[in-house]
Formats: sequence, structure tokens, C-alpha cells
Amino acid sequence: MSRFILRRVAILIPLLVLVSVVAFVVIQLPGGGFVDSYIRALQLQGGSVNEAQKQALIRQYGLDKPVLVQYFIWISKIILHGDFGNSFKFQRPVVDLLKERVPRTMALSITSIILTWIIALPIGILSALKKYSFWDYFFTFLSFLGLSIPPFLFALVLLYIVFVKTGYLATGLFSPAYENAPWSLAKFADLMQNVWLPLLVLSVTSTAGIIRIMRASLLDELKKQYVTTARAKGLPEWRVILQYPIRIAINPLISTIGWLLPAVVGGELVVSKVLNLPTVGPMMLDATLGQDMYLAGGFVLILCTLTIVGTLISDILLAWADPRIRLE
Amino acid sequence: METTLPPKAAEASDSYVNRRSGELLKRYRGTRARRQEMAEHLLEASQYELMLVKFRKHKLAVVSFYLLVALYLIAIFANFVAPYDPLTRFDKLLFASPTQIHIRDAAANFHLPFVYARTSKLDEKTFTYKFVEDTTQIFPLRLFAKGEPYMLWGLIPADVHLIGTDSQQPLLLMGSDQLGRDLFSRIVFGSRVSLFIGLVGVFISFFLGILLGGISGYFGGVVDLLIQRLIEFIISIPQIPLWMGLSAAIPREWTGIQKFFAIIVILSLVGWTGLARVVRGKIISLREEDYVTAAKISSASDLAIIFRHLLPGFTSYLIVHITIAIPGMILGETTLSFLGLGINPPDVSWGSLLQQAQDVTVIGYYPWLLLPVAAIILAVILYNFLGDGLRDAADPYTR
Repeated sequence: MSRFILRRVAILIPLLVLVSVVAFVVIQLPGGGFVDSYIRALQLQGGSVNEAQKQALIRQYGLDKPVLVQYFIWISKIILHGDFGNSFKFQRPVVDLLKERVPRTMALSITSIILTWIIALPIGILSALKKYSFWDYFFTFLSFLGLSIPPFLFALVLLYIVFVKTGYLATGLFSPAYENAPWSLAKFADLMQNVWLPLLVLSVTSTAGIIRIMRASLLDELKKQYVTTARAKGLPEWRVILQYPIRIAINPLISTIGWLLPAVVGGELVVSKVLNLPTVGPMMLDATLGQDMYLAGGFVLILCTLTIVGTLISDILLAWADPRIRLE
Repeated sequence: METTLPPKAAEASDSYVNRRSGELLKRYRGTRARRQEMAEHLLEASQYELMLVKFRKHKLAVVSFYLLVALYLIAIFANFVAPYDPLTRFDKLLFASPTQIHIRDAAANFHLPFVYARTSKLDEKTFTYKFVEDTTQIFPLRLFAKGEPYMLWGLIPADVHLIGTDSQQPLLLMGSDQLGRDLFSRIVFGSRVSLFIGLVGVFISFFLGILLGGISGYFGGVVDLLIQRLIEFIISIPQIPLWMGLSAAIPREWTGIQKFFAIIVILSLVGWTGLARVVRGKIISLREEDYVTAAKISSASDLAIIFRHLLPGFTSYLIVHITIAIPGMILGETTLSFLGLGINPPDVSWGSLLQQAQDVTVIGYYPWLLLPVAAIILAVILYNFLGDGLRDAADPYTR
């Protein structure tokens, strides 16, 4: 087991390096560079930039050095100083911007994940136990719908319905009055009022998926011999199910826990954009489109690292749960 | 009642049963005999025939299959099905609601379905434009009506459309957008891009996945290690930022078609990894089989062994994977276009049609702009049902 983990961790470092290179390249890919789009934005507002100013800007942002040098400067700053650079657009350190948004994103994601599991697991289990009953068909149908409707389209339709019924634009996490107010009970109540929509949207698709997976794997387990043996030996029904098949059926879900890590921090990007949530997603989208290099790059790097770490955790969990995998 | 018959009586009733069932079979010759023949035929049927028979039992999946074929036919014959070109504008009918189809006219007479002409009038009280129907003239709907001329697939000139009014009167089946373009036509033309990106993209990633997964699983060793690391590497990069970065890199000057192919390439480059992993796993489990050894001894080339011998062993998984991957690709393209990174107006795809729908106040006033959502959900649900049916059909353990 420990050898397995050691092997995995050893591969981690070069993978991280490679991924950081890719993150950097992906940010650089959109041609034009930040300075050009900045100048364009200025010109749209009526200002003008002459060549000398443009060169000064380029030098100021360190964009005149060759790409390789830029990469090394960026990476060394991150590793040695934890300095992700400054966002061009906001003129603030990237770390500050992330500190603003990441906790909120994480809170939202974690809440939706907990909600999803609380709802989906019992439904999936019940669905498997009462196979082909009315509730089974009902929930299977619902989960089909939930799987087929992409979250951001669902968000769109929900927004429309709420808007039409109440004339209230349910975007954002807070009403305008409480946007920048300090935390108070009233603000919390306001948050509760607004947060149900994002939570609903974020949970529906995952709930559907988990219900199906849980149902399928539990059905597989219930067919097996040991269940019959347990029943024959006189175990009460609830123990027969809870103590053995469910533990095994949960395996596929547990092994995907690792993937939750990048999802929690990254948040659901498009849904956040549609609902205009103050999370990490929309900020990253704008940064990539506007070539705000350090912001986008820093964030992509964090996400990549979390994905790799998450995969590692998934693999370890899977190997812990299923000893056959350790021999691979 | 006796449960066992004395021997002689049993014999007698046996032959009675045989005679009687023979008579019955002759009477119900149709279904019963056919079913008997079918059952006997199935005893020697090939793997694919068995799958087909089981698939047909799943009514929902069969219906979904035919509906999907219909959708693709609509996409192929988009010029014909759509009443207008996606770029045709009706300057007098901006943001018009869908044309109402009437059966009874103002005098309460019955006609075949028809529409009225519409003009925009300024409402004195609210100072907004309202569309008022002119009930004096009837424009009946026609099938195979003469409409705008077009070139079918750019080759065959024609001017017959599936539905039309045989006149200049605009028929806006799903309303119009802010430039007065017919939404129904745009959805039909958009289906071309959205549906085919799914197909083409999946075939590319399918081929890549099988090739690389097959090589990785079959040869093992260093090749396997390298390809596995590559797969892990690609998986580690979060998808949406990767898509965003790659699509933001598409030069703005490229035409719609070039962007279309660029997006396919982008989506497939990331999508092949899932299949490759599954293929590798299956090949590893199958490569020690006797028939593979026999093939090797018969000096079959390695590629032939992978594709002709090993692959058919898990065709069912491949088929199911395809039907799951295609809606994934369709949604990927929709997401990209929705974010403005994929197909942009004036080119049409379902995602780009939804770009206008980002503003909820706009949809509040003109809800028909959300109709592309219905098209997307329809396509995805149909593929999901089809995939479910195929999965049940391909599973050798269900009866």
C-alpha cells in the first residue's frame, strides 16, 4: 500500500511541472497579449496610446522578455514567494483577489455537495431496494431529466421562471442593498433568500448522477450470494443491507471524491456566469478572455494542481477500498 | 384433483396435447409460428443480431432512435425544412412573437390552417411597439410551398420549402430575434452545426481513443507507461479553462466553417482519453486469450490482431460509449458558443442562439428566445434513451 502511494507521489512532481508549463502556455495562447487588449479598451473609451507609452506598458508588465524567461520568472515567484503576480485588470495582487472569491466558492460548492449526497444517497438506495416500484420509476425518470439538462440551461430556465413570476432578478448572491454590507443576521437572511437558486441548480445534475450510480451498483451487490447468506442466517433486514452491500456499492462514489477537490474550488463555471455569482468562475472567464495573464494563469495553475492532487487522493482511496488495484 | 395421471392416460393426453397444439399452431399460424421460428433462429444468431433483437424490445430506445434519425434528416435537409435562410431579416418584425396559426377566421368560418399578416403599431398608452394582426386577408399554410430560392447543399438550386405561405408573408413559427431573423429557421440550421459536431468529434476521439488505448493495452511496457502518463496529464488539466484557452486562441478572422472544425479538434483532443482508458482495460483482460495466441502464431500483424480480433470482444462498450460521448460533445460545443468562445453570430449553432438569452430581462419579454434550449435538451434526452437501450441490449447478463 505504501509502495503504491510512493510510486504515485513520485510521478506527481514532474506532472506538476508539466502542468504548470501547460497552464502558462494555455494562457499565452490567445494572441494579442494583454497590452493590446488594454490599449483597445482605452481607445474605446476615447483615450489614445502612442508607441512610446505602449512600449513602456510592455516593459512594465514584463511582456518584452522571451516567453521562456517569463515562465521562469512566474514560476519562481510562485514557488519561492507565493506571489502570483498582479492582476492587470484589477491592479491588485492575484492572491488578494483569490482570497476574496475562493472561500465563497468553496462554501457554495461544499454546501451543494453535502446537499446532493444527503438527497441522492437515500433515494438511490430506496430506488434499488424497491426496484420497479412506482417510486423507482419516478426517480429514474427524474434522474434522466436531471442528467439530460445541462446545469447552465437549467439555471437559465429557472431564472426566467422566477423573473416572470415575481419580477425579481434572482442573480447574484446578495440583493444590491446587502452587497457590500458587513456581515449581520439580516445579511445572512438575505443570503438564504438568494442562495437556494444556485444550490438547486448545482445539485440537480449531480443528484441525478449519484442516484443512478448508487442504484446500479447496489442492484449489482444485492444479487450476490452473501446477501442471501446473511438473510438466511437471520440478520435483520436493515442490517443485511446497511452493513454490507451499501459499503461496497458506495465504492464508485468514494473513489470520485478526489475529483471533488478541483470542483469545489473551481466551482461550476458557466452556471456562475449565468447566475452572476461572485465566485471564482466568472472572474476566471473574464481573465482568460481579457488575457489577464497572471490572474488566469495563477488560477489555472491552482486548479491543475488540485486536479492532480485530487486524482492522487482518488487513486489512494480506490486502492484502499479495492485491494486488487494495488497490484496494478 | 389428481396430480399424476396413470401411465396410459398420460400417453393419451400427451398425444392429445401434441395434436391440439399442432392444430392451434395451424390456426394461429401468424404470430405463434413466427415467434417459434424466431426463437429457433436466435439459437444460432450472431452477436449483433442478438443485440438488435434485445434492443427492439426497449420501445423507448427504438422511438428515440427514429426521432434522432429524423433530427439528423432535418439537419441535412435544413434548406428545405426551414422556411427562410438564417440570415434573412424582417425589418418590420423585430422581436416578434411566434406567428399565430388560426383555423377560424374573424367571421368564425373554418379554413385549413392559415396565418394573418402582421404589422407593428405604436401603442399610444405605453409607447411600445405591438404587433397587430390584419384579419382581412388569409394566408393559408402550405406544405411544399414555394419560398425563397436556395441551393441545396450548395449544389442543387431549388425553392421548395417544407412549410410556407406561398406568398411574401413572413411565417415566424418560433418568433424572431432582435434583428428580425426567423428563430425556427435559425434553430434548424443551427442543428447542422450542433448535431454534426457531436458526430464528427466523437468519431475522431473514438478513433484516437481506440488506437492509443489499443496500442497501450496490447504492447504494455514502456509504450503503455508513456501513453498512460499522457492520458493522466491530459485529464489533469481542468476542462473548461483548457477549452477557453484553446478557443480563445482561434483567430477571429477564421470563417465559420474553419472555426467549426477547430472546435471539433479541440473537443476531440480532450475527449479521447476516457475511451482510451476503457479500451486499454478491456484489451489487457482479453489479450491472454487463446484466440489471440492463435492469431499471433498465424503471423497476423499486431494492428490486425487489435482491430480484428480483440476489438469485437467489447463492441458493446464501444457502442454505449459513443452514445454517451455524443451528447457530451454537443453540450461542450453549446457551452463554448454560449460563452462566446465557439461559433459566434452570424453563424448559427444552438449555443450561439442562446447568447442572446444570457440577459434574463430580454427573455422575460421575449420568452420564445429560449426555444433552442428545448432543441438541445431534446437531442440530449434522445441520445440518453438510446444509450440506455443500447446498454441493456449489449449487456449479456440481462434476459
